[in-house]
Amino acid sequence: MSKQKRTAPRARAAAPAAPAEQAERMPSGAVMERRLAETEYFTPGSVACPGCGGALAMRHFLRAMGPETVVVIPACCWAIIAGQFPYAALTVPTVNCLFAAASAVASGIGAGLRVRGDRGARVMVWVGDGGTYDIGLQSLSGALERNEDMLYVCYDNEAYMNTGIQRSSATPPGAWTTTTPGGKDMAKKNIMEIITAHRVPYAATVSLAFPEDLREKVKKARDIGGARFIHVLAPCPPGWKCQSSETVKLSRLAVDTKLDPLYEVENGLRWRITVEPRNLPVEDFLSRQGRFSNLDANDVRRIQAEVDRNWAVLRRQAEVNPL
Amino acid sequence: MKTAPRSRSSARAARGEVKVITGNYAVAYAAKLSRVQVVSAYPITPQTSIVEKLSEMCGSGELAAEFIKVESEHSAMSCLVGASLTGARAFTATSSHGLAYMHEVLHWAAGQRLPIVLVNVNRALGPGWNIWTDQTDSLSQRDTGWAQLYCESNQEALDTVIQAFRIAESVLVPVMVVLDAFSLSHTSEGVEIPPQDAVDRFLPPYRPAVRVDTANPRFFGGLVMPEHYMEHRWLLEENSRRILDVAAEADRDYGRAFGRSYGLVERYRAAGAELLLMATGTVASTAKEVIDAWRRRGRRVGLVRPRLFRPFPIEEMRSACRLARRLAVIDRNNSFGSGGIFATETRAALYGLPSGSRPEVLSYVAGLGGRDITPDVIDRILSAAWAGRAEPRGTWVDLKK
Repeated sequence: MSKQKRTAPRARAAAPAAPAEQAERMPSGAVMERRLAETEYFTPGSVACPGCGGALAMRHFLRAMGPETVVVIPACCWAIIAGQFPYAALTVPTVNCLFAAASAVASGIGAGLRVRGDRGARVMVWVGDGGTYDIGLQSLSGALERNEDMLYVCYDNEAYMNTGIQRSSATPPGAWTTTTPGGKDMAKKNIMEIITAHRVPYAATVSLAFPEDLREKVKKARDIGGARFIHVLAPCPPGWKCQSSETVKLSRLAVDTKLDPLYEVENGLRWRITVEPRNLPVEDFLSRQGRFSNLDANDVRRIQAEVDRNWAVLRRQAEVNPL
Repeated sequence: MKTAPRSRSSARAARGEVKVITGNYAVAYAAKLSRVQVVSAYPITPQTSIVEKLSEMCGSGELAAEFIKVESEHSAMSCLVGASLTGARAFTATSSHGLAYMHEVLHWAAGQRLPIVLVNVNRALGPGWNIWTDQTDSLSQRDTGWAQLYCESNQEALDTVIQAFRIAESVLVPVMVVLDAFSLSHTSEGVEIPPQDAVDRFLPPYRPAVRVDTANPRFFGGLVMPEHYMEHRWLLEENSRRILDVAAEADRDYGRAFGRSYGLVERYRAAGAELLLMATGTVASTAKEVIDAWRRRGRRVGLVRPRLFRPFPIEEMRSACRLARRLAVIDRNNSFGSGGIFATETRAALYGLPSGSRPEVLSYVAGLGGRDITPDVIDRILSAAWAGRAEPRGTWVDLKK
C-alpha cells in the first residue's frame, strides 16, 4: 500500500474528521486494527463468499453502531449471510423481511419500540442495491419523507448478485451481467441525489478502504435522530469477476478514480467531500474486473467523461453549499 | 339489518352507550377499545373512513397509538409486521386492490406468527374499476394463513374486531375481519359501544414471550432449509386448527361479558329445514326475510351463515347441514372456471358425511360488484334450489343476457 500524500483540495470547505490520519492516508494494518478493534457483532463462520464487500461492511458498521442495534434485512445477499435456521451470524436482534419492505418494517419497529418505551435501541436497515435503487425505492422514499428514525445502509454491489448477477439500476454503464450480456447501456442511477432531495438530516457515502472515515460517519449518523442514509460500495468478486483479495484495493480505486466519491450531506443542503481522490483514470478501476472486459477505448473515454461530469457537479455542490 | 345474535341475557353483562354509527366507525371504535398501539394504513374506498376516524382519535389523544401514514398498502402491512415483532398491538384496514397489494406481506405476517388484526371492507377487484361490495378480494387471500371472520351487522363488526385480537393473540395467527362495502361500511345503525373497563378485562395487554429486544437478541424470519421448513409450517397449521376452539370460546366469553355472541356458524330457522340457504355478510340479513316468507307459506327452509371462513368450521357445517336435502349457497364471489368459493368449500366440508346423509350442494353466484341481492333475487334462488335447478359450476343469477 502506498503512502502517497494527497494534493491539497482546491476548495476544501472543512477538514475531514481526522485530518492527521487522513494525511497519513493508509496506516499499517496493525495500527488500523488497534484503532478499530472493539467488540465484534458479526460472528465467524458466515456463508459470505470470500472477499465479500457486503460482509466486511457489516463488520465495520456494527462495530461503530454497538449492541443497541436492531438490524433489518430484506431479500438480498445478506438474507443468506445472516444465517440459516437455527443459526444466526449477528449477535444483535436481526429481522429479515420482504424485498420491497425494509424501510416500512423499520418504521414499524421504530414505532413499536417507542410505544413500548424502549428508547435506547437504534434501527439499522441493511439493504442491497436492488432493494434500494429498484424494488424498495418506494418504501424508502416514504420512510425518508416521514423522517423515520432509522439508519438506512445501502451496500451496493452494483447488480442482483444473490440471484446470480443480473443488472440493477445501480449497475454502472458498460458492466457485463447475465442480463446485460453486451454491457449495460444506461447510466447508474444517482441514489444520493434522490436521497438528499428528501432533505434528510444526514446522508453520506463511505468506503471499505477508508474505515476511519466510515466509522466517523456511522457514529455521527448513529447519534442523529430521524432518517439517515449511508451508501457503501461493496465489491463482489463473483459478480465483478475480480480477485477476492482485491476487495479493499478496488474500493480504494473506486474512490481515487472519483467513481465513488466520499462525502456527507446534512439536511440535503450542506455538502462536504471528506476524502480527496487521487484523480486516477477510471481505467485503473475498470481494468481489474472481468465485468468490464468487453469495453473498448471509446467506452472507457465515455465513462471517464461521465465520471468527470459527476465529480464536477459534486465538487460544485460542496463549494457552493459547504457543510 | 335483521341480525340475530344469540343474546344471553346475563345480569353481569356490561352494557354500553348505543350510538348510531356506520360499520366503518364501529370498526374504529372497536380498534380504540382494543387499545391498539400501532396503526398503519393507506386510503382506499370504501375503507377510508375507518382510518380517518382512527387518525382523528390519535390526533386528539383519545387513542394513544402511533399512526404511520404510509405510501402504500404493502408498506402499511410491512409497518405492522415490524411493530408486531416488537410486541405492539397492531391494526390496519383496507379493501380490494389494497388487500391484493398486501398479499405477500400477509403471508409474511402469518408465517412470523404475528397477531395483527386487519379489517377488510369487501370491494370488487378491477378491471373495470368498481368500489362496491364483492368478496373475491378477501377470499383470494384464503391460503395466506390468516383467519377470516365475516360480519353481518355493524354491531357484529365491532364485537368481532375485539374478539379478533383475543383470538389472534391466543394462537399467534393474524385475523382478518371482513364486512360488506356500503351496506355496512357506510350505513348507520344502532351500535352498543361496550365500556372500556369491560373490554380491558376481556382483552388483556399483549405480552409476547419473544420480541425484538436488544437485551435478548433474536433472529427473525431468516433462511430455513427443507429440513426445517415443514416443521415451521406445521406450527402455523397446528395453531390455525386451534382457532376453531379458541374462536368459539372467545365468542362465548364475549357473550357472557357483553350479552352478545354469534357462534362460528349461525343457524336461522335451520331446524328441520329441507332446503337450507347459505350466505355470509349482509346477504344473510336479506335472506332471513325471505326465509320467513317461505316459512309462512309452510315451506321448510332455513339459513346457515358461517362467520369463520379460515379455518373453515367443517364440523359445525356438517352438524348444521346434514339433515337437509339440499343446500343452496349464495356466493358474492367467484373462482373463475370453478364457481362460488363458499360453495366449493362447503362441498368439500360435507363430503366427509356418509353418502345419503349429506345435502346436495347447489351453487349460485350473485351480486358481484355490488349488484343488489334483493329479496326477489333470493326468492328466485330458493325456487330454483327447491326444484333442484343449478349448473354444476354455479348458476349466475340475475345475469343480463
